[in-house]
Amino acid sequence: MTGLRRGLLPWLLPLALLAGWEVAAKVGWLSARVLPAPSDIAVAFWATLRDGSLPHHVGISAERAFLGLVIGGGLGFALGLINGALPLAEDILDSSLQMLRNVPHLAIIPMVILWFGIGEEAKVFLVAVGVLFPMYLNTFHGIRSVDRGLVEMGRVYGLGPVALYLRVILPGALPNILVGLRYALGIMWLTLIVAETISASSGIGYMTMNAREFLQTDMVLLGIIVYALLGKLADIASRWLERRALDWNPSFHTGLEAA
Amino acid sequence: MMVPLRAVPDVEEPAATAADGGAGRGLELAFDGVTKAFGDVGVLRGLDLTIPAGQFVAVVGRSGGGKTTLMRLIAGLDSPTGGTIRINGTARRGLQPDVRLLFQEARLLPWQRVLSNVGIARGPGWKERAQALLAEVGLADRAGDWPYVLSGGQKQRVALARALVTEPGILLLDEPFGALDALTRADMHRLLTRVWRQHGFTAILITHDVAEAVALADRVLVLRDGVVADDVAIDIPRNARAAGTPRLAELERRILTAV
Repeated sequence: MTGLRRGLLPWLLPLALLAGWEVAAKVGWLSARVLPAPSDIAVAFWATLRDGSLPHHVGISAERAFLGLVIGGGLGFALGLINGALPLAEDILDSSLQMLRNVPHLAIIPMVILWFGIGEEAKVFLVAVGVLFPMYLNTFHGIRSVDRGLVEMGRVYGLGPVALYLRVILPGALPNILVGLRYALGIMWLTLIVAETISASSGIGYMTMNAREFLQTDMVLLGIIVYALLGKLADIASRWLERRALDWNPSFHTGLEAA
Repeated sequence: MMVPLRAVPDVEEPAATAADGGAGRGLELAFDGVTKAFGDVGVLRGLDLTIPAGQFVAVVGRSGGGKTTLMRLIAGLDSPTGGTIRINGTARRGLQPDVRLLFQEARLLPWQRVLSNVGIARGPGWKERAQALLAEVGLADRAGDWPYVLSGGQKQRVALARALVTEPGILLLDEPFGALDALTRADMHRLLTRVWRQHGFTAILITHDVAEAVALADRVLVLRDGVVADDVAIDIPRNARAAGTPRLAELERRILTAV
């Protein structure tokens, strides 16, 4: 009973707001130019779904996001691993990376447009630059904060360098690496939104900017909602990954013992 | 093999002397003028000492007296500044595959289940051997658990199984029972005595608890200011020690004075 109540209570306020908004729009207190009714947005959603334009744009945006994440996140992860394990690599690379990190990656948009125009490379490049640093920092920090006592134990118990890395250091760094991934996912969408809004000929950002030209407020709002849903989806995916990978950690434990 | 040994037997086995160290797999340990200095500070100042194969030796001393340094030298985690350490007559340096160390904390890998922790060194047939050792320490039914669900005493028992799974010739114990409550510690003492008899390794227990030292060991070394200040043979059968004979009290007094 209390479980049901706790499940429903958080939804009460948003639903009430939604209902109030719908009424206000239908009665005419809110101009459709300013804020169209939720039902109009639902209609726009259905229409774009049926003519295939929404899946098309979402697919393109998701592809850019994913590609940028794989390239930038993979690079950040690799740099974090190398610098975490080899002090020489850290001496050579870390301070340069810290300097680059302080450049807001959205500030290089003009450069990126000069280099790549408004092609796919521009968007993927920006996303990759954006996700690189959170992945790098958290992987590096994770490897550095692995319990020295466990590493010493591994050495005394005969683990070679590879086994030590795979069975002690990497799993020990995993909670931090996954925190980095969640940060990266947030930055990934943010970067993509900005990049697609400024320069694109497809994708959700293009779709909303195009709608703005024709004063289709419902389409603009639809685009915003789709971005929010995609962000939430990425968050759910990373939480699921955390629970799966960190089952050993009581603070992530679901209470369901996987035999 | 799968029979769960829930409790450690209460009954003390027949009288023990230095000679009854079991299967005879223990290794002889010898120190020839071993010194260790950190900077200008000499922590060990010339140890000359032989520990026969299979003997159970306790090392007592105040903190800062060089106990842990001695242990790290035997394990090969540090190298002596001068002198040689011989195992069965051969001078050794570096990590020793036939020496295992039980740390103050259990140092189990939190991301591996109990069975994988015991079989950390892997190798062919590791699962069967790990399961057999878990049965020996009375935790056969906990093989699939994560370490965080275990109590402090259970964690140390898993650590003991992990140390024994490769049948070491020398087992070092660095105050492994210090953090346990009195009842659990008494259980661990009985368990340790039993596995020492069965496996026949040379046992070197570091402790600041003189009562623990005289209860468990064949011989107690008092380490003070980096030298062996006293070398006391505990010439009382183990099954008579719990009763607290006058001779035991006398030995305990002698050791306390030397410390």
